[in-house]
Amino acid sequence: MADPSVPAPPGPPALVSALATALPGSPSVRMEHGEAVIDASPEGLPALMLTLRDDPRLRFEQVMDICGVDWPARPQRFDVVYNLLSVSLNHRVRVVVPVADGAPVPSVSDIWPCAVWWEREAWDLFGIVFDGNPDMRRILTDYGFDGHPLRKDFPLTGYVEVRYDEDRKQVVYEPVKLTQDFRTFDFLSPWEALTTLPGDEKVHAARLADAGAPAAKPAELKG
Amino acid sequence: MVDTMAHEAMRDRDRMETDVPELGGAGGTRRTVEIDSHAINFGPQHPAAHGVLRLILEMDGEVVERADPHIGLLHRGTEKLIEYKTYMQALPYFDRLDYVSPMCQEHAYALAVEKLLGVTAPPRAQWIRVLFAEITRVLNHLLNLTTYALDVGALTPVLWGHEEREKLMEFHEAVSGARLHANYFRPGGVAKDLPAGLAERIAAWADTFPKFIDDLESVLTENRIWKQRTVDIGIATREEALAWGFSGPCLRASGVPWDLRRAQPYDTYAEVEFDVPVGRNGDCYDRYLVRVQELRESVKIIRQALAKLPPGPIKLTDHKIAPPHRAEMKRSMEALIHHFKLYTEGYHVPAGATYTVVETPKGEFGVYLVADGTNKPYRCKIRPTGFSHLQAIEMLSRRHMLADAVAIIGSLDIVFGEIDR
Repeated sequence: MADPSVPAPPGPPALVSALATALPGSPSVRMEHGEAVIDASPEGLPALMLTLRDDPRLRFEQVMDICGVDWPARPQRFDVVYNLLSVSLNHRVRVVVPVADGAPVPSVSDIWPCAVWWEREAWDLFGIVFDGNPDMRRILTDYGFDGHPLRKDFPLTGYVEVRYDEDRKQVVYEPVKLTQDFRTFDFLSPWEALTTLPGDEKVHAARLADAGAPAAKPAELKG
Repeated sequence: MVDTMAHEAMRDRDRMETDVPELGGAGGTRRTVEIDSHAINFGPQHPAAHGVLRLILEMDGEVVERADPHIGLLHRGTEKLIEYKTYMQALPYFDRLDYVSPMCQEHAYALAVEKLLGVTAPPRAQWIRVLFAEITRVLNHLLNLTTYALDVGALTPVLWGHEEREKLMEFHEAVSGARLHANYFRPGGVAKDLPAGLAERIAAWADTFPKFIDDLESVLTENRIWKQRTVDIGIATREEALAWGFSGPCLRASGVPWDLRRAQPYDTYAEVEFDVPVGRNGDCYDRYLVRVQELRESVKIIRQALAKLPPGPIKLTDHKIAPPHRAEMKRSMEALIHHFKLYTEGYHVPAGATYTVVETPKGEFGVYLVADGTNKPYRCKIRPTGFSHLQAIEMLSRRHMLADAVAIIGSLDIVFGEIDR
């Protein structure tokens, strides 16, 4: 029960240079809000992850989180995001792997055993297939659930509701009935440059061209 | 043991005559008894399951061969719901994840939003958040340690512990108006300042609480039955704990000196002094000892936070992010507009992504927040602490007795609100 010496964090530049020299196939490494991010592809993912875990300069012993992000407009619809942690060198890295709908991602469950459940969760909620995962059952949703609820095209209310039927003495599944329509309010103000008012198209287009990325700007234009 | 013998006896009655003559025996017979492996369903309505855990146990007699946890019975789609709420409206969902340590989870979300916005809370707000994160840690450990003791048969600690918890929940109520679902930490600070006299009440409690820890330890730490039930049960070695994604007390009990408050300090944790207790064996008993020691460390941090609490604002003065004071709204048109805009549209968060973590009482709680520049999170992935711990039950409980599986579940500090989300 002694007070241990927790390693001091190396500066982010040190980590980025270690990543750039150690990783196979020189993937792109960038910093975002002080967090190192590696953009990778499904091919060569196991080799990349093995290097991240075993290279003495990196030593990411733990995968803390694996999750999906859905971008329906992109051809490679999903991002698979791995958040890795090294407790011996005290640094983190995020590996982002874009993948098309239905295309398999190599499983990392033989590198970190706890990845099995995280990958099951990504399969359950997004329908991302992991190749080589020994246990691809659903995990969070109901037994016999249909669909992948965290996809953007899955409605918030879902499709079925359950109740206990007193007559049939069992739980029954029925289509969702809402006593009041689902209300979603759009509070985005027109002067926030996100919506185009009738007759304002030209101004809006000019502003978008100015800003480059349309989504990134409104917060700065605000106020 | 009694169960096994009764079980064997019952099977014997049902069996066909398979007695074989004892080789070279003097008249007696040797009876062979076969016990096949069978599966039992533990939970989801079992008081020792700590919520709605359904555990399919493949048993060999009374020995666990394989444990397959079925989770998701408390899945409420929190991450989906958050995508439909503004940043401010999403906060109360974090109280309802791990409902035993609400404020620590708000902390992670508040820090994530602050990081994307590029703002930091004022010093007084940061100290208040550290103070209440530690109070929440004591709340959590009190519930876990005492119900864990209850699971293995000790009734007294749970009665004592809930009395102490009640005092702490009064502190929660005093600042936020709610005992459990506080909704108190906000991006940019905290909701309200401490009411008059609360700091003194917390200080007075911090003086009496170490005595309570001594009492708690006097009934458990050297208790023979307690040690028989926990020592050398459910051992996770250092390598296993790392590979299975352990964090928090479970990782420290396995001998890894890792505490996010120390290694990657957030808010004002860099300015407080505390020790990080580390175990040696990684068994259920060490996980208990680490948590008890953390109670003492939390009291140390609470005392320092009270001593260092500076005067000043408790949230950002930028009313684009933090709402204006109520009295100001009665006089100032601008304050009224800010208030209206904040509570309808909310604020816009610049596009970007962050994985922000805090050390909750259970371990590393992370929020992976993706913003697309609008007033609602594009994706908010919640990294629950107990998810990896629960997954390791298979590894921890293999070849243990059924009753030990209960001790292991208790020692992992599992709450289904966060695991199922």
